[in-house]
Parts: sequence; C-alpha cells; structure tokens
Amino acid sequence: MSEVIRLKKGLNIKLKGSADKVLEKLPTPATVALKPTDFPGLTPKLTVKAEAEVKAGDALFYDKYHPEVVFTAPVGGKVVSINRGERRKILEVVIEANEKAGAVKFKKADPISLSEDEVKEQILKSGLWPFIKRRPYGTIAYPTEKPMSMYVSTFDTAPLAPDYDFVVEGQLDTFQTGINALTRLTEGKVYLGINSGSAFTGVKNVEINTFEGPHPAGNVGIQIANTKPLNKGEVVWTVNVQDVLFIGRLFETGKVDFTKTVALAGSEVKEPKYYQTTLGAPVASLITDKLIKADYHQRIISGNVLTGTKVEGSTYLGYYDSLISVIPEGDEYEFVGWADPGFGKFSASKTFFGKLFPKNEYTMNANLHGGERAFVVTGQYEKLVPMDILPVHLLKAILVNDIDKMEQLGIYEVIEEDFALCEYACTSKIEVQKILREGINTMIKELG
Amino acid sequence: MNFIKNFFERTEPLVQKGGKYHWLQSVHDGFFTFLYTPKTTSKTGTHIHDYIDLKRTMSIVVLALVPAVLFGMYNVGYQHFKAIGELAATGFLQVFLYGLLKVLPIIVVSYGVGLGIEFVFAQIRGHEIQEGFLVSGMLIPLVMPVETPLWMIAVSTAFAVIIGKEVFGGTGMNIWNPALVARAFLFFAYPAQMSGIKVWVSLSGADKVVDGFTGATPMADAAAGHITYSVADAFFGLIPGSIGETSTLAILIGAVLLIITGIGSWRIMLSTIAGGAVMGLILNAFAGSPALSEANQVFFGIPFWHHLILGGFMFGAIFMATDPVSAAQTVKGKWIYGFLIGILAILIRVINPAYPEGMMLAILLMNTFAPLIDHYVVRGHVRRRLKRATVKGQTA
Repeated sequence: MSEVIRLKKGLNIKLKGSADKVLEKLPTPATVALKPTDFPGLTPKLTVKAEAEVKAGDALFYDKYHPEVVFTAPVGGKVVSINRGERRKILEVVIEANEKAGAVKFKKADPISLSEDEVKEQILKSGLWPFIKRRPYGTIAYPTEKPMSMYVSTFDTAPLAPDYDFVVEGQLDTFQTGINALTRLTEGKVYLGINSGSAFTGVKNVEINTFEGPHPAGNVGIQIANTKPLNKGEVVWTVNVQDVLFIGRLFETGKVDFTKTVALAGSEVKEPKYYQTTLGAPVASLITDKLIKADYHQRIISGNVLTGTKVEGSTYLGYYDSLISVIPEGDEYEFVGWADPGFGKFSASKTFFGKLFPKNEYTMNANLHGGERAFVVTGQYEKLVPMDILPVHLLKAILVNDIDKMEQLGIYEVIEEDFALCEYACTSKIEVQKILREGINTMIKELG
Repeated sequence: MNFIKNFFERTEPLVQKGGKYHWLQSVHDGFFTFLYTPKTTSKTGTHIHDYIDLKRTMSIVVLALVPAVLFGMYNVGYQHFKAIGELAATGFLQVFLYGLLKVLPIIVVSYGVGLGIEFVFAQIRGHEIQEGFLVSGMLIPLVMPVETPLWMIAVSTAFAVIIGKEVFGGTGMNIWNPALVARAFLFFAYPAQMSGIKVWVSLSGADKVVDGFTGATPMADAAAGHITYSVADAFFGLIPGSIGETSTLAILIGAVLLIITGIGSWRIMLSTIAGGAVMGLILNAFAGSPALSEANQVFFGIPFWHHLILGGFMFGAIFMATDPVSAAQTVKGKWIYGFLIGILAILIRVINPAYPEGMMLAILLMNTFAPLIDHYVVRGHVRRRLKRATVKGQTA
C-alpha cells in the first residue's frame, strides 16, 4: 500500500550538536505553564483565577470564538500566577505542580469501539483538542468542521530535529491507540508520512506514504501537497507524533498524561540528548548546567532554528515543541564578510568555498549576515519549496494585499514552516515567515 | 583592524538623527557595512540566515567582469597602436598601460557619479545604500566606446541612476537594466558622437594613421558589405568595439564564474544564445534573395554563429540579459525572455538600416516585456492549479 515519493527540492542544514539517542528522565518540574501566545490567532478566556487548585486535565482557559476548545492543566497543583503583557494580554498561566492534586477522570476505552461524537467529546474535554491543527492556515481545528482526511508526519527533517523513531520507542501501542482515535474524527483516511527505515511501518488503520528527500520533506504540509494537494474549500487536520501519544494515553489510562520527550541540541550544549519532561516545563529545567558556557551570549530557541521561538531561561517550553536548540547569538561584526572566500561556511548558494569542501556539521549563529534589501535575486526560493507553488509570487501577492491572487497562488496549502528555508537562504534577508503569517491572518479576517 | 571599527562605532551617534553630521548617515552606514558585516541578529522568523547577502552577490558579478575589463584595457591599447602602425614596436605592458590610462578615468567617473547619487538618495529616503550600482558602475564603462567624452559618461550615468532606477524605488525596483539605460541615453542624445567611425579606436596623441585605417567596427563593415574581421580576432576580442564587449573569450570566463556560483541565470544565457543562433540561421536562408542589396546579401550571409562573437551580443547575453531585476523571474519566463532577446538582437542588428547593433535595444525591449511574460507564466500556473481542483471535484 505504501508509495515512495521522492522530493528533490529543499535543503538539509547540518548543524553541530544533534541529540544523542540517550533519554534522561527529569523529575516533574516545580512549575509548568501554558502560554496562549503559542496559538496564533487565539483569544483566550480564563476559567481559573490565581491561587485556584486544579487537577491535571482541569480547564485553565478556552477559545473565545470556539468555547468548546479548552486548554487544560498539564499537571495538578495550584495556579500561582497569571502573567500578563501589554494591554493585559495573557502571556503565561503558571501552575505549581503538586502530585497529590490528582487528575480528572475520563473514559477508558479503545477509541475504535467509540462513536465519532464520544471520541470528539473526550478529546475536547481533556484539553487535547488544541493538538489537532487544521490546514489551511495551521490553526487549531474547528470541532464543527468535517476534515477530508488527517495527516501525521512521523519524521522531522529540520535542523537538529528530534528523531521520532527514538521518541516512540516502547510507545508504539499507545501511538496506535491515538491513531485509532484520529480515525474516528474523519470520514476519510488517516495518512501517515514516514521516511525510509521508519519505526512506524507497522502502524495499522492508516495509509502510509514514504517520503525521501531533504528538508522540508518531513513537514506535514509538504507531504499533503505531494499526495493530495489542498484546494479551496477543502480542510484536512494534522497532528504531531508526540501529540498522538497524548491522545493515545488519554484513551488507554482515562486521564491526561502530558509527559513528553524533548531534545536539547545545538552547538552550545554540553551533551546534546533527549530528556523526558512535561508539557509546559520551564526552559530552565532543561538547560540549567547543560550549556557549555553559562555567561555567553547565546540564543535559546524553543523549537528548531528555522521556525522556533526565541526564549529566555525564565520562560516555558512551547506547546507544540519537542526541541530546544541553543546556538551562538552572533551579535558581532565581521570584517568584510562579503569578501570572505568562505572555507568552512555553509550556504545554500554556491558562492562560498565551503560548498567544495562540505563538513559534517556546522556551527551557525543568529546573525543576519547582511542587510535587508528588496527582492533582487530570482529563482532562489523555488529550489527550496517542493510544492507546485511560486513562493515569490505568493509573497508579493501578500505584500500588495491581493486576496484573489493569494488564493490562486496557493495560500491554503502553506504555513510558515513550509517557507522557512526560503527565509534562511534569502539574499535580501526578507522576513518570509512574518509576511506569510500576515497573509494568512488577512485570509482568516476576510474570508473566515 | 579594530581601530577602524572603533572609529565607526564612535562616530555612529554623530550621524544619527539629531547628531551633528546626520546628513552623513547613509555614507557612514554605507562604508561601515562595506567594511564590517553588521552585527544585527534575527528578530523574527528563522534564527539562522545564509552567509550570502547582496554585497557578495554583486561582488561576484564584478569579479566575473574582471576578465572583460582587463582585456578591454589591453584591446584599447592594441587598437590604438595598430591604427598608428606601431603595434609591432610596442611592448605588451605599454599597450596595456595605454588602455588602462584610457579606461580608468571612465570607470572612476561612472562609479563616482553613480555612487554619489546613490548616497544622496539613500540619505533622502532614509534607507541603506544598496549594492546594485556596484555592478552597474562597472557595466557602464564596458558598454561605452573608448572615445566617449567623460562628461557624457557622467551625464548618462546620472540619467541611468536617477531615471533608470531611483524613480522606481532603487535597487530591485527598476524596469530596465540601468547600464543599458545609460548607453541608450547616449545613443539617442548624442548619436553623432556615439556611433560612426570616430569613437571606437582611441587615437589621442597620434598624428598619423596607417593606410586603410577606417576606425569602423567589423560589424559596421559587415553591414556595408565588407568582411574585415577574422574569426580568431573576433573571438579573442582584438577588434574595435565598446570597451568590454569585444572579447568573447573573456566574457565566457566570466560566464563560467556566474554559472558555477549560480549568480547568473544559465537559462537566460543559453536561451539568448539559442535565439541569436536561430535568427542567424533564418537570415542565412534569405541571404541569396535577389530582393536584397549587395551589402545586405553579405550581412545576411555571414555564418550564423559569427553573430554570437561579433559586437555586443555575448556581453549582453551574459551580463545584461541576466540582470535578475529587469529579467523575467519565472523559470519558464526566463527561457522565453532570453530566446526573444536573441531573436530580436540579431534581427535589429541586420535589418535596421541605421545602426549595426541590436543587443542594447533588444534587451531594453524585453526588459519592458519581462513582467508581461511573467504575468502569462503565472497565469498558466494558476490555471493548472485550478484545473487540478476541478478534476478532483469531478471524481470526488
């Protein structure tokens, strides 16, 4: 049944410090937090106040426009603070973990024997719904919608990305239970995107597609576009691997269990490896004493270096992230950088001698390596997006706010991560992902 | 080297808004970023960025032009000493030096005027100085006849930068290749000085010429029905012509660099050459026609590939047509754009009665049409995508 799809376009960026396949279990962190800012476009409405006692699985806030979508406490304990930013925007809901607080009880059953409504209700009430995202736009799925099908990508090709084959070791049965739940949510199929040599080949009740090729082959959006590309009016749902595990555990144990594996990687990490922790764990609990230099200007990223969010040690892991990357900040001048022959420098272009003598891994910093310019060079983006899309023309349509053009040129098929490589490689240092998200926001505002 | 950086860092507050020398801000920034890649780190989106920037892209094009520049200098001297009949008696170095002294002022004027205007515009607009002119400033001297007066270089450069580029918004926004705008400006504003037989060979300081010397380019001769070039001279570039355009060999060396680095579009280069060759063949087919004048029969009849090594064809195909801003931007569009340039260049060159060269006008014309070509390519793309939706709709 499996079909092998070979993608030629794209680029693998080999960064120094990928995680060794060693798992260290960390104790439950003292505090965990949910950050409404992890969900683009969400308007959160709180259901708890500071000092409230909550069980794991109790609602903390919900989506103003889809009140059935609730966000629940990853651990039981006490809500110690609700941190707000400008205009009282909620930034963090922080819970002090207390094991005795217990967990909310849900139904324990194999989802395959349940009806669509029962599965949906359980996922909604337990706060697992936000893990189901919809395409177009990559926002949280609308529970009232009927998706054509569901997609799960089981591998990540981004720089330093965790290896999900390793992450799911010993949990494949739980994964299967989660997949079974997903099959109840769509009348179509559940598609599983795997790479060669995958640990997921034995998963049942799915249609498996094998993808070969450089990043972004592991992006679920790329996999959709190369199997059944989305057209106007069509909706599919996507779920990440670890989030399928959460859903599986919910139906296996009857309670929420947000234990997840997070890779700590990057050139500034002493021993890059995997850690078992909890959703919403403090970044500090993962990086303290684990970096090579403590007081060095480095950038800590929740997620990968292409799409992740810059975080401080005092904040919390991103909701969907399974990786913390640490790279040098690189806020230093470089003497005539444009004239450097570039031995040992990695580039998507062929203008550096590093291309002739490739290394196994590179250290890269967050420097822009140049000033921002207008679009000049052409043909650069097209080589990095393995979809039937003209990236520059789509971006230009967004810049001039032409909704018809955006629609025609494929805005329904892409989210930021699919164009992230373009931003990396761009000679003119154009903020591709920001522009794309603005376009998506315009689409949501104008067309719903 | 740190003292330079310290100097720039120390003077930075002075040129900021409200500082004593705020009107020097763009100049300060221009030189600072030229010497030091800025320390700016990413604020949104990807955390890592490629090392390539526009400065590097442009400097690679300039590097690719170096063989043509050096050979152009040598050829200026070569043509000079050949015209006065002292070639055999003159050493290589002296020949080159003569050309160097003729060409260098043109380059200096072109960069001086162009960059000066860029600095002023950057200051007025409050943006960084953009690198586009690094290439244009080198292209302009190379497409000029050596005896073009320096003031004309200055005027045409100013025209090209202001009307050809800055009015559209600067680097990346222009419709036409600025260097060709400069050349076209001179061609139409001062036709007497820009063509004919007086400008191609530098005779300054000479009181005599050899018998039979005309000063015409081989192309003009061919248009008049005389073949005066040898294929080897035309390929190596030892013929009269604009400073940088004569040596096909030097241009091809640059082309190799552009193609290896991926900076120049090989698609445009290849399709332009193919277009030129096809048009040459078509003309060959009509060469025997009795409807043509005798001179035309000769010009129609030169082997099609001679067109590729004569005049400005190769220079235009490699360095001008490939300008990413004014060229077509889609893959399919590039093929069409280049092919039409080739066709038109040879067509204008041979058929138009006034001026035996067509590359400049062909590229400018196709620059104008490039957005239209892209428009139709994109429309085709959209239509294919829509078809995908309807086909699927029917089966579902």
